[in-house]
Amino acid sequence: MNDITAVAPRQNRFSWRALAPWLISAAVLLILPFVFESGTAFTLMNVIAVNIVFALSYNMLLGQGGMLSFGHAVFFGLGSYAAMHAMNAIDEAAYAGEGFWSHIPVVSMPLVGMIAGGLVALLIGWPFCRRAGTAFAMITLGLGEMVAAAGQMFPSVFGGEAGVYGNRMVGPQWFGLELAQAADVYWFMAFWTFLAVFAMWAFTRTPLGRMSNAVRDNPDRLQFIGYPPRNIRFMIFIASGSFGGLAGGMAAVNYEIITPESLGLIPSGLALLMAAVGGLGVFYGPIVGAIVVSLMNSMLSDYTDASILYVGLVFLGIVMFAPRGLGGGLEQIRVAAREGSLGKRLPGWLSGGAAVTAISLGLMLFIELLFQWRHGDDEFAHFFGIDFESGSLTGWICVLVLLGAGIAVMRATKKLREDNA
Amino acid sequence: MLEIVIFSTLNGILYGLLLFMLSSGLTLIFSMMGVLNFAHASFYMLGAYFAYTMGMEIGFWPALLLAPILVGGLGAMVEKFGLRRVHENGHVAELLFTFGLAYVIDEMVQLIWGTVAVAYREPDYMREPLFTLFGTDYSIFRGVVILIAVLMFIALWFLLKKTRVGMMIRAALTHGEMVGHLGHNVPRLFMGVFGFGCALAGLAGVIGGPLLATEPGMAVTLGPIVFVVVVVGGMGSLIGAFYASLLIGLIQTFFVAIDASVADILNALGMNVDPYGEVTGITLASLAPMTPFILLVLILIFRPRGLMGELEP
Repeated sequence: MNDITAVAPRQNRFSWRALAPWLISAAVLLILPFVFESGTAFTLMNVIAVNIVFALSYNMLLGQGGMLSFGHAVFFGLGSYAAMHAMNAIDEAAYAGEGFWSHIPVVSMPLVGMIAGGLVALLIGWPFCRRAGTAFAMITLGLGEMVAAAGQMFPSVFGGEAGVYGNRMVGPQWFGLELAQAADVYWFMAFWTFLAVFAMWAFTRTPLGRMSNAVRDNPDRLQFIGYPPRNIRFMIFIASGSFGGLAGGMAAVNYEIITPESLGLIPSGLALLMAAVGGLGVFYGPIVGAIVVSLMNSMLSDYTDASILYVGLVFLGIVMFAPRGLGGGLEQIRVAAREGSLGKRLPGWLSGGAAVTAISLGLMLFIELLFQWRHGDDEFAHFFGIDFESGSLTGWICVLVLLGAGIAVMRATKKLREDNA
Repeated sequence: MLEIVIFSTLNGILYGLLLFMLSSGLTLIFSMMGVLNFAHASFYMLGAYFAYTMGMEIGFWPALLLAPILVGGLGAMVEKFGLRRVHENGHVAELLFTFGLAYVIDEMVQLIWGTVAVAYREPDYMREPLFTLFGTDYSIFRGVVILIAVLMFIALWFLLKKTRVGMMIRAALTHGEMVGHLGHNVPRLFMGVFGFGCALAGLAGVIGGPLLATEPGMAVTLGPIVFVVVVVGGMGSLIGAFYASLLIGLIQTFFVAIDASVADILNALGMNVDPYGEVTGITLASLAPMTPFILLVLILIFRPRGLMGELEP
């Protein structure tokens, strides 16, 4: 195998370019708490931090390993349960003033979650990893449903319907973090998110990380050159489960409660949603997805009752029209900017964006009017300060005009995008 | 005891036939297009809601006919304008698309019909007992459901085995490209099969709605079980789906009906365990929702091609 020399030489020289994204994200993490000072902003940022790690750990499976899983929340949930029980153990040990747990700070709970998630994946993963594709999707779906059902059956471990709750302000404090306010928790979240994201990025650079791309693209060939795909899948599964558990440990500290529902299909679907919206093919895609979906989930519900529907529609739209996701779009713009072809491509993209905006506005108005029509006249469809009524025709005509305009712009400018594709 | 056995068998068969109505469409779509339609149970839910809304205007029987047609038409549109677009991006993209579709349909249903169950009932005269056994009534509606399911099964068999369209479908299952080369419009055939599968799901919804409950959660409860049926029966095997439906229907119904805990069984076998322990106190009834998934995981580990399937998924 002399081909080894054909591999590009490793770039060991130090480059600011490679370091820049990390420095910038660290700076953003440091500045954020001084920009947003309200309690709700901190709560939201903490949720986003948990979701970022969760979505990225999911993408280790789907984006990098090509394994579509519908049971990823099992690792998240079990990691969370482990961290919660550890937190309660710390509480008891601190009260008694002795024992192993009295020396463990709550700050380290994500590690407990990580170990738990990794162990679970290690114990159950082997039979699952024989095939990727539909078989893997189905077996993880079964696993998720099974564990979620089991969660209701063993109340002493999972706490039944009410779940298990704990208190994060116990045990030894590290770095003076009291973890009382959401603002305190922010630093905890920032630290672990940064660390986890870096670790997951580093994972993609390891030989195993490269192999996971190979097993996604061509498992047969991998088998030929002497790497059993099943082993590779199993190792990715364990790594992904560990990081899922780490996200669960972060969630345990953040929410201080965990219920069996967080093991089921809905949170698993959320991970898939975030990863796919952000883009499966780019490393930072799921980060973008987690931020966008978390923001939509928490902020839209203030304005409309159909917030989940909008999240679903965004997902559907991205799967249909932009399979590379938001992150893929950003990457395209970045590449175009570097090649200097941005000016040439911009008209096509801008017109496409305008069309998408018009169509989405039309759809939003349609949904709001529909909601108003079904649920009484007291709820006006507030639409950028304009009140539409489902009883009058104006609103429905606006819907048609917006949709028609969007589709017309899309058709008319199709050539602009195709020429430069 | 005999009473429990007879009624559980009847109910199990009823539930199994309902599952088969759903899984037959799903397995047809899968074997033809390679798509596991995640939104299949959502079409089932749409069937129930359409029949509820129509039933108030035109009565039960016309709704029984019209609602599935409407659902089938909707399914065909979804295939034509949605799935076909996504097809070129591969199977994972298709699965993601149907997953998102299920999400959107579920939310749309909540938006239009509200988040609580609607009062969709069978007509009053069908609530009369068909026969009475051991003092328990078996309603006419349940008999009608079994009849409809059996009729549907016969019609499906006739369509696939005895008609020209069925021949084309069967040919396209295995040799899709060849059918295309012979001058048949395979995309249109795909659209038809997808619509037909959705219509079957809609029909299951029309009769399953009054039987179970018409609420926005009905797709999420039944959806995963239908997948289990398709995988356990063997991907793409109609007859396998039939056996698996009945198997799961019967297992679930019997688990619910048998009033025993793990400890009761172990003690009957001569072991001496605490009947109220956390593990040993679990009743079979509370295990019932888990049984399909245990079966699924076991099948995928030990016999990945399913009961009657020829291909591994």
